[in-house]
Amino acid sequence: MENAFGDPQTIVLLGGTSEIGRAIVDALVTPAAGCVVLAQRDPATAGSAEYAESLRARGVDRVEVRAFDARSHDEHQGWMRELAAEIGDLDLVVLAFGVLGDQATFDADPAAAAVAVDTNFTGSVSAGLATAEVLRRQGHGRLVVLSSVAGERVRKANFVYGASKAGQDAFAQGLADSLVGSGASVLVVRPGFVRSKMTDGMDDAPFSTTPQVVAARTVAGLRSGATTVWAPGILRWVFAVMRHLPRSVWRRMPR
Amino acid sequence: MVESGPDGLPGLLVEAGERGVIVRGLGRSYGDPAQNAGGTVIRLPDDLPIVLDRNGPVAHVGAGTSLDRVMRELVPQGFFVPVTPGTRFVTVGGAIASDIHGKGHHRDGTFGSNVERFRLMLADGTVIEASPSNEHAELFWATVGGMGLTGVVLDAVIRLLPIETASCLVDTRRTADLDEVMALMESSDAEHRYSVAWLDLLASGRHLGRSILSQGDHAPLGAVPPAKRSSALEFRPHTFATVPPIVPRAGVLNGWTIAAFNEVWYRKAPKLRTGQLQSLTSFFHPLDGVTHWNRLYGARGFIQYQFVVPFGQEPTLQRIVERCSQVRAASFVTVLKRFGAANPSPLSFPTPGWTLTIDLATTQPGLAALTQELDAWVLEAGGRHYLAKDAVTSPEVIRAGYPRLDDWRAIRDKADPTHRWQSDQARRLGLV
Repeated sequence: MENAFGDPQTIVLLGGTSEIGRAIVDALVTPAAGCVVLAQRDPATAGSAEYAESLRARGVDRVEVRAFDARSHDEHQGWMRELAAEIGDLDLVVLAFGVLGDQATFDADPAAAAVAVDTNFTGSVSAGLATAEVLRRQGHGRLVVLSSVAGERVRKANFVYGASKAGQDAFAQGLADSLVGSGASVLVVRPGFVRSKMTDGMDDAPFSTTPQVVAARTVAGLRSGATTVWAPGILRWVFAVMRHLPRSVWRRMPR
Repeated sequence: MVESGPDGLPGLLVEAGERGVIVRGLGRSYGDPAQNAGGTVIRLPDDLPIVLDRNGPVAHVGAGTSLDRVMRELVPQGFFVPVTPGTRFVTVGGAIASDIHGKGHHRDGTFGSNVERFRLMLADGTVIEASPSNEHAELFWATVGGMGLTGVVLDAVIRLLPIETASCLVDTRRTADLDEVMALMESSDAEHRYSVAWLDLLASGRHLGRSILSQGDHAPLGAVPPAKRSSALEFRPHTFATVPPIVPRAGVLNGWTIAAFNEVWYRKAPKLRTGQLQSLTSFFHPLDGVTHWNRLYGARGFIQYQFVVPFGQEPTLQRIVERCSQVRAASFVTVLKRFGAANPSPLSFPTPGWTLTIDLATTQPGLAALTQELDAWVLEAGGRHYLAKDAVTSPEVIRAGYPRLDDWRAIRDKADPTHRWQSDQARRLGLV
């Protein structure tokens, strides 16, 4: 149960190795936090034990790294129900898993593109619905969905990723609306280009940001009860314009 | 939220899902004890007659009845409630569940200590009568202060205080600092039925903890001017202001406005004034005069932080007041009181010692870190926090502050083995 400051007691990070996801967890671990669950495909991923230890050092009594595969859609409901039965109410679930991929690779290997969409979109659908079921029953709790500006208007440079994020974003908005009145809520976070290991080696795009900025924007959104936040915030206004550019101009965007 | 009389309760208990049931009174708790996300919240109607027995004197009252109504009906007949908090807008059931206290704790104890008996509906729908002297004494005391987690009180017999007038004789004294007010309370509390001090938490240096001590007793008929004696028991509470719902999101109470208010409030108090005649409402319930005063704190609201530290731990109290002054904790209503003896309830808050109540807007910078720091000091000093006010502390802090928590759990588990009674607070603090 959140306290009067809006500090969660239990936090679940779906995509336990996500840098943005971890930055959000770091920003939300307060003395009130008693339990953090890091859900990731391979609990033995390098650095996971160290990250879990860093949370314990900050006073979180119970930190667990659990196996969770975004593509094992048929397991998500059972996984989430089991988790709630075991640790009690889930105050905050951060849906942070996702793969960026490379458009040229996808062009050459359509099956690989389908795998990426399966993770980013289909995985978000099954994990999001499984989470919503638990939150609805609790009558409270928040789901943070890490979307992307890439889905706001899909660019030719990464349109498979963009399309998967567009689908995920639309799904999250619908889910948010369906939860109104239940006590549970969804916050959609739309970061721009984030410098992290996901984008390692790529050139910075305009309005590049960091996982910490995305985390700060997310926390501010949770505190204010927002339904959508952009990171950095100016992207909201940038995309208010970009969204309406003629296709002939939009397709000439360099990347 | 559903409203239900006693007859409908068993059905609601059966229907309620895994998230359980909690009963809410008038919803004036500062935290989440009467909220139940995903579950059922029940309100009892306020429709039972108040039956006065002048021989006790006691009154038989429904649990959903407000102290406001009790006072409106009984004060004109010459009787006062044994304990009133700072607002009349609480119910008898809520007063028992939170085991509330008032300005008279050093003499009269808590509300629960003044209850002769009550009828309690258990989770399986059976109704028992519990009193401190019958076979359900254990459950009686587990329900007093039990935050509604043992069952629902249906009605109760409460002891009354005979009064001759609806006024109090009040002594008001301005003190230069914290030491002075504490010394004064120690030396003079015993002479008065009611005693409480208002503190200027923003004062610092040699003014640290400067206070206005207010002590009073029920006025005898002879204290009222002869012309007003025939109407001496008239009880006419009125509200003189309403805060509109258009307060800015950030509220209007902040370090500047509160410092200014405190300065004026302190300066306007007399250095010493004795025997002033005040109405019951202006003495006990000044905030009830301003409807929706909570709106002054803005959309994010405020927390009320209340703790008690045992006698002998005055340095901790001093340290906490210093710390609040240092970080400029802008508290609008800061109240200091000396508690008297505790009662047998395992979860009742008052224990012999000093209790300090601080109101703080949740937007106060660094508030979470501050309360965590104070939590540790309070526990170190052997103190505890008030469940009825809490909205920010943790299961560990409550466990450490209430050494008999496990005794209470054992009694509760017997009365409610499947934990039908639940609340947000119970889940947050690990009481269920």
